[in-house]
Amino acid sequence: MSKKTQDKHEVETTGHSWDGIEEYNNPLPRWWVWVFYATIVWGIWYTIAYPAWPMLKGATAGYLGFSTRADVAADIAAVEEQNAALTTELASIDLTTLADNAELHQFAINGGAAVFRANCSQCHGSGAAGAKGYPNLLDNDWLWGGSIEDIAFTVTHGIRNDQSGDARWVEMPAFGDILEEGEIDAVVNHVLSISGQEADATLAAAGETVFLDNCASCHGDAGEGNRDFGAPTLNDAIWLYGGDFDTLKETVTKARFGVMPAWSEEFRPGVGLTAAEINAVAAYVHQLGGGE
Amino acid sequence: MWDWIKIAVFGIIALLAALAANFARDLAYQVHALIVMAVAAGMFIWTVRRTGEPSVPAPTGYNDGVIRYGVIATAFWGLAGFLVGTFIAFQLAFPALNFEFLQGFGNFGRLRPLHTSAVIFAFGGNALIATSFYIVQRTSATRLWGGNLGWFVFWGYNLFIVLAATGYLLGATQSKEYAEPEWYVDLWLTVVWVAYLAVFLGTIIKRKEPHIYVANWFFLSFIVTVAMLHVVNNLVVPVSIFGSRSVQVMAGVQDAMTQWWYGHNAVGFFLTAGFLGMMYYFVPKQAERPVFSYKLSIIHFWALIFLYIWAGPHHLHYTALPDWASTLGMVFSIILWMPSWGGMINGLMTLSGAWDKIRTDPIIRMMVFSLGFYGMSTFEGPMMSIRAVNSLSHYTDWTIGHVHSGALGWNGMITFAALYFLTPRLWGRQSLYSLKLVSWHFWLATIGIVLYAGSMWVTGIMEGLMWREVDAQGFLVNSFADTVSAKFPMYVVRGMGGVLYLTGAIIMCYNLWMTAFSKRVPAAVATPAE
Repeated sequence: MSKKTQDKHEVETTGHSWDGIEEYNNPLPRWWVWVFYATIVWGIWYTIAYPAWPMLKGATAGYLGFSTRADVAADIAAVEEQNAALTTELASIDLTTLADNAELHQFAINGGAAVFRANCSQCHGSGAAGAKGYPNLLDNDWLWGGSIEDIAFTVTHGIRNDQSGDARWVEMPAFGDILEEGEIDAVVNHVLSISGQEADATLAAAGETVFLDNCASCHGDAGEGNRDFGAPTLNDAIWLYGGDFDTLKETVTKARFGVMPAWSEEFRPGVGLTAAEINAVAAYVHQLGGGE
Repeated sequence: MWDWIKIAVFGIIALLAALAANFARDLAYQVHALIVMAVAAGMFIWTVRRTGEPSVPAPTGYNDGVIRYGVIATAFWGLAGFLVGTFIAFQLAFPALNFEFLQGFGNFGRLRPLHTSAVIFAFGGNALIATSFYIVQRTSATRLWGGNLGWFVFWGYNLFIVLAATGYLLGATQSKEYAEPEWYVDLWLTVVWVAYLAVFLGTIIKRKEPHIYVANWFFLSFIVTVAMLHVVNNLVVPVSIFGSRSVQVMAGVQDAMTQWWYGHNAVGFFLTAGFLGMMYYFVPKQAERPVFSYKLSIIHFWALIFLYIWAGPHHLHYTALPDWASTLGMVFSIILWMPSWGGMINGLMTLSGAWDKIRTDPIIRMMVFSLGFYGMSTFEGPMMSIRAVNSLSHYTDWTIGHVHSGALGWNGMITFAALYFLTPRLWGRQSLYSLKLVSWHFWLATIGIVLYAGSMWVTGIMEGLMWREVDAQGFLVNSFADTVSAKFPMYVVRGMGGVLYLTGAIIMCYNLWMTAFSKRVPAAVATPAE
C-alpha cells in the first residue's frame, strides 16, 4: 500500500531522537477526535439526565428521575401485584384442598420450585435428590411424614433447631456410651440382616435381642421406623448416612444429629419464608414423587 | 564506614526478625519473620566478607545487570503464574482436584490469589521494572541513577513477591482483591516502591536528552499512581505487631469504593499505562519506524491518566454504592474509550509502512496481536461499564474473560515481545536462538487466548441469562447449582486454553535460555582478530 502514507509520513518529525526513535508530527486522526468529543457530549448529557454530581446535601437527581432502588422496588411490586390474589388465597388455604384448585395448585408449584431453588437446593440438591445426611425428597420414604401438611410443618419449624419451640426434635442416643462394642457389632449385623444385606448369622441372632431392648422402642420391632419420632425405617434399602457395616456402626456408636432450620419468617424475621411461600414449597415438594 | 553501617543494620534486622519469629502469633507471620531473618543474615555475612576489599571504581555505561535479572525473573514468575492459573482452571472444572492433602494451602481459595498476584505483580511487575530500567537509560542516554539502588528495587520487589505468595498459601490475606498482602508486606512494598520512584526519577533528571520520551511519561505516571493507590487502599491497623492480622480503617461501602478505586486503577496504571510505556519503546524499535503521532501521544496520555482514576465505581453497579457514584464511574469509563484507543492507534500506525514484517517477523506479529487485544478489551471495558450491560455481565465469567483477553492478549503478548527483543541485546547475541520457536509460541498463545476468551464469553453470558431468568409469574427458573453445572464444558475449554498458553511460555523460556547461554548463537560484536 502505502506509497501515499509513506509520503505523508516522511513530511515531518518533531526533530527529536531518543535511542534512534523519532516521532512524526501527524495530526490527531479526525474520527478519533470526533468520537472523543461525542463521548464527552454524551457524558455531559448523561450526568444531567441521571443522578450524578455530588453536592453539599445529596447528589443531583437527574431529570429522568432514575433510581436503581426505585426500579427494583417497582419490578417487585409489579410481580407482587400481578400475583396478589393467588398469593393471598395460597397463604390461608387448607392445604389438603389445594390440589382441587388447578390454577392455584400450579401457581403454588411454580412458586414453590423457585423457593426451593433459592433456599433448599443447597442441602437437598437442585433436583431434590438429597445427599449424605440430607434426605432425598423424590422418594416415598419420609422421616417425619409425607403429607402436604407434614411437609409444610417441617419447613415451618425445621428439625432439631433452637429457633422454633415446635421444631421436630427426637434425638438418638450415642450407644457407644450404653452398649459394649460386641453388642454394637451384633446389633449392626442384625440391622444388616433385616435390611436384606449379607450379615454374620450368629452375631445377627445375638443382635436381635440387643435391638429389641434398645432400638425397637423407636425404630419398631421389625425396624419399620416410626414417624412420631422421626425414626428411620431400617428394614429397607434407603439410608440417610449409609447402610454398610462401618457407617451403621458409626451411627449406632456416636448417633446422628441432623439439623434443618425453621424457615418461617416467624422465626427468621425479615428473611424467612411467608405463609404463602411455605405452602408453595410444600406443594412443590409434595408433587415431586413421594407425596402422600 | 558505609559498610559498617550496613553490617550493623543487617545484624539488627536479623535479630529483630528472630525475635518476631519467636513471638509470632500465627504461622504465616512466623514463616515471614524467618524468611526476613535468613535474608538479613545472608546480607550480613555477604557484607562482612566484602568489607575492607579495595573499592571498585564506579562502573560506567548502562546498568544492564539488574535488567538481565529482571528478564529472568519475569520469565520465571510468568511460568509459575501460568502454571497455577491452569491448575486452578481445572480445579474449577473438576473440583476433585482440590485434593484432601492440599487442604489449607493448595485448595482453590488459596491458589487463586497466588495466581493473580503471580501474573500481575510478579510477571507483570518484574517486566515493568526491567523494561522501564532498560528504556529510561536508553531514552535518557545515561546510566541508571542511584548506584546499587536499582538492585535494591529488584531484590526488594522480589522479596515482596515471595512474602506475598507464601502468605497466601499460609492464609495471611486482608481479603482485598489484588491487594491481599498483609500490613507488614505492604509496608515493605512501600519502601521498595519509593526507591523505584527515586531511581526512575533520578535517571530522568540526569538525562542527556533535552526532552523526556513518551514511554517515560507513562512509566512515571504508573509508578506515582500505584504508590498512591497502594498506600490509601492498605490503610489498616495491625491487630498485633507480632501477627499478620489487621483491621481496615474504612468500612462498608467506603471500603468497597476504596478497594475498587484501587482495583480499577491497578488495571489502569499497572496494566495499561505501564505497559503502554513498554509499547512506546519496543514497537518503534522493532519496526524501525518513527512513532506515528507525537500530538496523539500527548493528548491520549493526559486524557488517559485524568479519566482512568474516576472509573472505579463501575465495579460496584447495583450495590450499596449510591447511584450518583455509579453514574460517574460509568460516564468516565465511556469517555475513556478513545483515550485508551489512542495508544492502540499510535502503536498500529507506527507499524504502517512495516506491514510486510508481519509475515517475516513473529515479534512484530506479537505486537500487532497485542495491540489488537488491547483495543478489543479497552472497547469491551467501557461497554461492560454501562449499567444495563453490567446487570447481565456482573459476577459472571464474562468479567473473567474480559480480564484475560486484556491480560493474556495485551500484557502477556507485549511482554513476550519485549523479552524476545531484550534477551539477545542484554546477553550480547546477534539474534534469537530460533525465530521458528517464536512463531510456535505466537500461535499456541493465540489459540489459547481464543479458547479462553471465547469460552468465558459463552459461559458468562449464559450464566447471566440463567440467573435472571424468571417465568411468567415472576418466579426464578434456575437454581445457582444449575448454572454451575451448565458451565462445565466451557470450563474444560478454558483449561485447555490455559494449557496452550502455558506451553507457548515454556517454549519461550527454552528459546530465551538458548539465546542467552547456548554457544550456537553467535555473539553480537566480533572480537577483532589479533
